Parts: sequence; structure tokens; C-alpha cells
Amino acid sequence: MSVSNEQVRHIAKLARIAMSDAEIERLVPELNNILGWVEQLGEVNTDGFEPLATVIDQKLRLRDDVITDGDIRDDVLANAPEAQHGFFAVPKVIE
Amino acid sequence: MTDLTAKTIAELRDGFRARDFTAREIAESYNAAVAASKALNAYTVETPDDALAAAEAADSGKSTGPLAGIPLGIKDLFATKGVDTTAGSHILQGFKPVYESTVTANLRKAGAGMLGKLNMDEFAMGSSNETSTYGPVLSPWRRRDSNVGLTPGGSSGGSAAAVAARIAPGVTGTDTGGSIRQPAAFTGICGIKPTYGRCSRWGIVSFASSLDQAGPMAKTVRDCAILLEAMAGFDPKDSTSLDLPVPQWEANLSSNLKGKRVGIPKEYRIDSVPAEINALWDQGIEWLKHAGATPVEISLPHTKYALPTYYIIAPAEASSNLARYDGVRYGLRDVPEGGNLDAMYARTRADGFGAEVKRRIMIGTYVLSAGFYDAYFTKAQRVRGLIKDDFRKAFEHCDVILTPTAPSAAFGIGETTDPLAMYLNDVFAVPASLAGLPAMSVPGGLDGQGLPLGLHLIGNELDEQTVLNAGLAIEERAGFTAKPDKWW
Repeated sequence: MSVSNEQVRHIAKLARIAMSDAEIERLVPELNNILGWVEQLGEVNTDGFEPLATVIDQKLRLRDDVITDGDIRDDVLANAPEAQHGFFAVPKVIE
Repeated sequence: MTDLTAKTIAELRDGFRARDFTAREIAESYNAAVAASKALNAYTVETPDDALAAAEAADSGKSTGPLAGIPLGIKDLFATKGVDTTAGSHILQGFKPVYESTVTANLRKAGAGMLGKLNMDEFAMGSSNETSTYGPVLSPWRRRDSNVGLTPGGSSGGSAAAVAARIAPGVTGTDTGGSIRQPAAFTGICGIKPTYGRCSRWGIVSFASSLDQAGPMAKTVRDCAILLEAMAGFDPKDSTSLDLPVPQWEANLSSNLKGKRVGIPKEYRIDSVPAEINALWDQGIEWLKHAGATPVEISLPHTKYALPTYYIIAPAEASSNLARYDGVRYGLRDVPEGGNLDAMYARTRADGFGAEVKRRIMIGTYVLSAGFYDAYFTKAQRVRGLIKDDFRKAFEHCDVILTPTAPSAAFGIGETTDPLAMYLNDVFAVPASLAGLPAMSVPGGLDGQGLPLGLHLIGNELDEQTVLNAGLAIEERAGFTAKPDKWW
């Protein structure tokens, strides 16, 4: 499989990265080169093999359902590019 | 006075305890060396006051931990409270965490101070440190009779350069697909990636969560054991943290390998690798035999599929992890004139991420997208299972595996421009990452141009001890004492 300009433009949109036509042009052969290379995995017979889910066998732990954190609003907002009235501020969403 | 920057961590610790010198003297020696090392571009932030404060606590007897009086360099991937943490990325410039990563908190609890933050490939994506927003780190090493600037490797390139240049006695690194081991090999130092889950990932900027592991880099195997003991440990804040006691790796160090079987994987014998590297590998086998071990040929049949598997899984996880950089909660925000929320996301990420990070996000987004997920991502996870199974079977016949660390010595800045050629740097390192196994690089010797080459040891799950012990056996026999001439 190889990707077209149109597909790369679509991927950039899904990834939320603004890209010029020139950048798309440059990326298409790069991505195709990498994708062509990873396609060698198609040779590997994986029938009957489950996808690996956890690399070191362990069970997910459960913890007691109690509050362990919180009340740190100012800390959470401390690095926000823009915070107002104790909230993250973003460009207007609803006209 | 003796040059304290020439000493190992074990020597600094023991000398401080014996009152041969004070922690302040150690910190001041290193602070001065750091301040005079700008040409290397290894540090992104210098924190001399932090190192001095920890020294003061050690000298006054307030801190008595195993690392009391030892200042360390910290890779810029670790969140450090109040100190810029940027993962080498423009998108995080100015980010000052309000919390401390578990690993660095553990090191502080043990008494360590911080010399500063260390440069790295952006989001740990790279093998040469060239993808950093701060520009590449220069290796203290140079080819014989040459002034060409060489890479210290990556992604923990600042970390590796700092130890080799003696501007930190030890450092933290992280390893997703070789990022501790390849730079350690390039700079003639030791570095170990422990079993996945030994070190908490909490507070480490995420790249590929199923692969990311922190580990130490230092001058010697013993120093790595000391640092790893302080870094590791169960952390309820990381769901993949192993709930196991931390072994006493340093106390149990032994280079007597009697009864141990060393696996030599035939698939790692690649003709295109320089003859010097395969010759060093053969020498390494002899050293381990001399230490009492028995070499056995093993087979890891899916080795050649490890890199392509990695370059599906790691970008997939990265594309998901890096979705958090949205210009809302922290880091950069760029909004085009009159732009809406979506335009803000796209512009912020376009301006904030570098070319390699964008490339990997794009690959990751593609392999996870509707219609391609099974063909790429699920397939790669199945092959990952086969690679894990190769190691499981191999460790029925051996106790530790010996290979070269990297397929070349350090190369020049700007010499490798093809992304795919760059990825091949980790051909020997990636399989152990995919299998979550502990692995270490130890310096073995110099190549014909006078550059360090590393030997690579892979252990079974949770068996860091055998990796360290085999590393020690090589270290004792290699007698690697070469140091870069100071030009910076």
C-alpha cells in the first residue's frame, strides 16, 4: 500500500497538524518509503498468535475508590497559555 | 586537590563518607565543569544552586541517603518541579512542572542533587540528538586527527556526552528503542535499561508508553547499579509499575560467571556491519569465557522484523500520546488571525513539533486509522508477541545474551539524512525493548578511528543482576580507560 497526496493531507488533518502543499509533497515519498519497509511484516506467519497486550505479565491493579488528589486548580492552570477566572481559555467555539 | 570529576560515583560516595572531601567540593567541581562546557550543548538548563543545596544537606548531615553528596544530570524528559522540562521540543518551551517525576524524586530522596537538564532528541525521537529544538549535542569524542563534530548518539545524547565529558558523574536516561544504550556505546560509557516496569514512568514525558523505560548512565557498571537501585521501585501512580522489591544490585555484583551460559544469537551476525564490530563481539565472547561462562549459539528468528515492528508500534503510541499538545493546557499556543479552536490546534502543532516528530505522528496516525489498524498495528502487535516468544525460548538455553550495541561507531552531525538509515542505528537494541527485557551497553574498545564501541548484554525478565555481572566481567577485562581529549 502506498499513500497519495490526498491521503497524506487527510492524515495531517486527523493529526491536527497544519501543512502546506510543499510539506505534503515532501512527506509523501518519505512516508511511502517507511511504509514500504514496514510492510515486510506481511511475510511473517502470525496465524494463531494473539497480539501482545502486556510485555511483562502483570495484572492491572485496583485501588480503593477514594479521593487521592485534587484541590490544586491553580497548579493545573499554572502552565496554561491562557487562563481566565479559574478556567482554560480557548478561542470562541459557539458563535 | 585531586580532580573530583575524574572519580566514579562509588569513589565520590566513599570519599565523601570518609571525609576525604566535602559534598560542596564535589558540587563546586561539577558546577564549574558544567559552566565551562557550553560548546558541547549538553545542558539545556543549569541548576548549580540545586546541586549546592543537596551538597549542603549532605555536609550538614541532614541527608544521609545512598547518594548523599552526589550531583547528577537529568534528561530533559523528566519533570522537575519548577525547572524547565521541554523534552527537547519547542512545543514545551517554558513549561515548568508543578510536580516532580517519581524517578527524580527517588534520586532526591537518596540525597542526589541536580546539575541541570540534559539535551535530547525531541520527545526522545532520534538517534543522533539532531532533532532537538536546542540543536545537536556534540560528542566530546572526535575521530583521530579530525575536527568533525560527531553525534553522541540519541536520544539520551546530552546525558551520554555529559558523562563522557565528565560534566556529570552520572545521569538519567530513557530508552524506548535504544536511547540509553546506543549513546552509551557511542561515548564509551555504561548505560542500562532495566526490565519494563522497574522504573516508574510517572512524570516522564511520554513517547511510546509500552516501551519507555528510564535507566542510568555512568562511567562504570557499579555506578549504574548504584543509580538504578535509587531510581527503581514500585509506584502506584504508574499502572505498569512492577510491585516488587528493588534488588541489591550493587551488593550482589560479581564478575564470576561460572555456570552461566551466554547466548550468541546468529541472526545478529550481519555482514554489512564493520568488521571491527564483529571482531569486538568475538573478543567479548572470549572475555565472558575467561570469566567462567559458556557460550552457546542461540536463534532469535524474528530479529529482522523487530525494527519494522517498532516503527509501527512506537509511532502509533506516540501519535496518541502527543495528542495532548493542543495549545490549551500547557506549552505553546499559536492561533492564526481569526482562527477557531481547530485552527489553533493545527497551527500550534505545526509550529511546535519538529520534522521527525511530525513524521512519526503522521505514520502513527495512519497505522491507527480506520481500515489500516488491523493490517499495520494489530499485525505488529502479533509479531511483537513472536519476538517476545523468541527470547522466552532462547532463555531456556542461556542466562544472558551478548551482541554488539550498535552497527557503527559515532557518525558526524549531518552525515545521516535519510530517516530510514537513521532508524537502522537501533537494529541491535530494539528487540530487547519490544520484549521489555533488561539490557546494557558496556564499552569494549576503540575502532580504527579512535572512537568507542560498545558491547550489549540482554537479560531475562527481572534479571538485571546477570546483565550487570556480565557487564562487570567485560569491564574488568576490556580495561577501557580511553578518554576524549578536552577541546571544549
